[in-house]
Amino acid sequence: MLSGYWESVITFAGINVLMGLSLYVPMSAGLISLGQAGFMAIGAYLSAYLTKLGVPFPLAMAAGALAAGIVGLIVGAPALRIRGIYIMILTLGFGEIVRVFFLNFTPTGGALGYSGIQPLTEFYWVLTACAIALVAVWRLRHSRMGRAMIAIHEDDLAAEAMGINLMTVKLFAFSFGAVIAGVAGAFYAHQTLYIDAQQFDFARSATTFLYVVLGGPANPLGPVLGAVLVTILPETLRVVQDWRMTFFGGLLVIAAIWRPDGLLKPLHSYR
Amino acid sequence: MTALLVADAISKRFGGYLALADVGVQIRAGDIHALIGPNGAGKTTLFNIISGVAVPTAGRIAFQGQDYTGRRADQVLAMGVARNFQHVRLFPGLSIVENVMIGCHARMGSLLQELLSYVRLEPRAERDARDRALEVINFVGLQGRIAMLPGELTLVDQRRLEIARALASGPQLLLLDEPAAGMNPSEVNQLDTLIRQIRDSGITVLLVEHHTRLVMAVADRVTVLSAGRVIADGPPSIIQRDEAVITAYLGDSQ
Repeated sequence: MLSGYWESVITFAGINVLMGLSLYVPMSAGLISLGQAGFMAIGAYLSAYLTKLGVPFPLAMAAGALAAGIVGLIVGAPALRIRGIYIMILTLGFGEIVRVFFLNFTPTGGALGYSGIQPLTEFYWVLTACAIALVAVWRLRHSRMGRAMIAIHEDDLAAEAMGINLMTVKLFAFSFGAVIAGVAGAFYAHQTLYIDAQQFDFARSATTFLYVVLGGPANPLGPVLGAVLVTILPETLRVVQDWRMTFFGGLLVIAAIWRPDGLLKPLHSYR
Repeated sequence: MTALLVADAISKRFGGYLALADVGVQIRAGDIHALIGPNGAGKTTLFNIISGVAVPTAGRIAFQGQDYTGRRADQVLAMGVARNFQHVRLFPGLSIVENVMIGCHARMGSLLQELLSYVRLEPRAERDARDRALEVINFVGLQGRIAMLPGELTLVDQRRLEIARALASGPQLLLLDEPAAGMNPSEVNQLDTLIRQIRDSGITVLLVEHHTRLVMAVADRVTVLSAGRVIADGPPSIIQRDEAVITAYLGDSQ
């Protein structure tokens, strides 16, 4: 059997895989979010609050994911009118708003953090959630909605002229990604047992972005590979642990030059 | 015959530049209607207004008697007006068949049905869309290449693919913006046949084209634009002899 240490490493890798997939979905519609940590925080805080009240974990998780999805719709709405770098700025601002909100929101601990969360995250449930999310995202690639997302990403004017309602598709992409991030947040809170606002800062959103860009933003397995690499490498190589951000920064530069599409090639549907 | 599309007193201003001034066009159902004129005459602007990509500064536009001025491009497509692009705009990351299936998007039902079908492994709407896409791909002559990416096709085949994508939406009016650009004479002949076949299948065609020989051969009716105004409108035989048109566009062959 796995040691407790490796169980914990795999759990965090799984949570990061979920985060990677949560960003992969909007990114495949051309919406680059730098605020995924905000959706994760919503899932984490709400589910932790509910399990403390005695609500069963699956229900609390669903509530956290739903809340993140609804906030995703609200954040996504203004993002419909803007493109590219402005969406990045908007989502970056959103992530900071959520962080500062929980920093000052006393019912969930405020600046002191939120402690005493029950240890309800089981690593095999995290892996199950990863598998479900991956299948869902894979199926999405071969569905009408997924095709529409890629079409919008590649040429939104042509997509609209071909009958695609940009608003519906973009809102779906944003909100679906937020739901996955909410699930990741719920697992995270019930694994670390203590959460505070600083755990959901910009660095987490940026690392999530790294998973997708490094692994391959046009292949559902890309964010999975990216998240696993970035989580597991520091655990196995001491050198990488000490120089973590330097190492990944360098890796990203190398990837940008040699594999601009990420480690995994775009997934084309040859049918 | 009744008019399928009526553009009435359309004006379009870009800053201080008047691209279209009080333009009126009527397209009869079942016609191949050509729109010609020198560069900068406003053909593409009018085309964009008809397809909902651009909004006119003034004037009304109606399809089957229903005013649709100011509607979004996706709503205009759902109404039954599909287009191609002068500079080919395919989706490079989607295969040929998927590009055409995008054209079926508007015909695949509501978002709720979409979410329900998402659960099933091979939803029927998806299968129907694929069948329809294959049918249209055969129609334009791209069979056998469905799994390729658009970038692997020649420019001429990319134009055919764009036409297929537009046809997949099941339009009543097909807008073609310079489909013959970059084609050699035999390819132009194939295009001539294709456009006639499209018309014969019951689809009205609006053709913007510089290839005068193609236009005069295939069109039932021609509207000539020059400097944002309609200078002539009528059957090709009359347009070819129109003094104003010869001066502005066709040129004197003698």
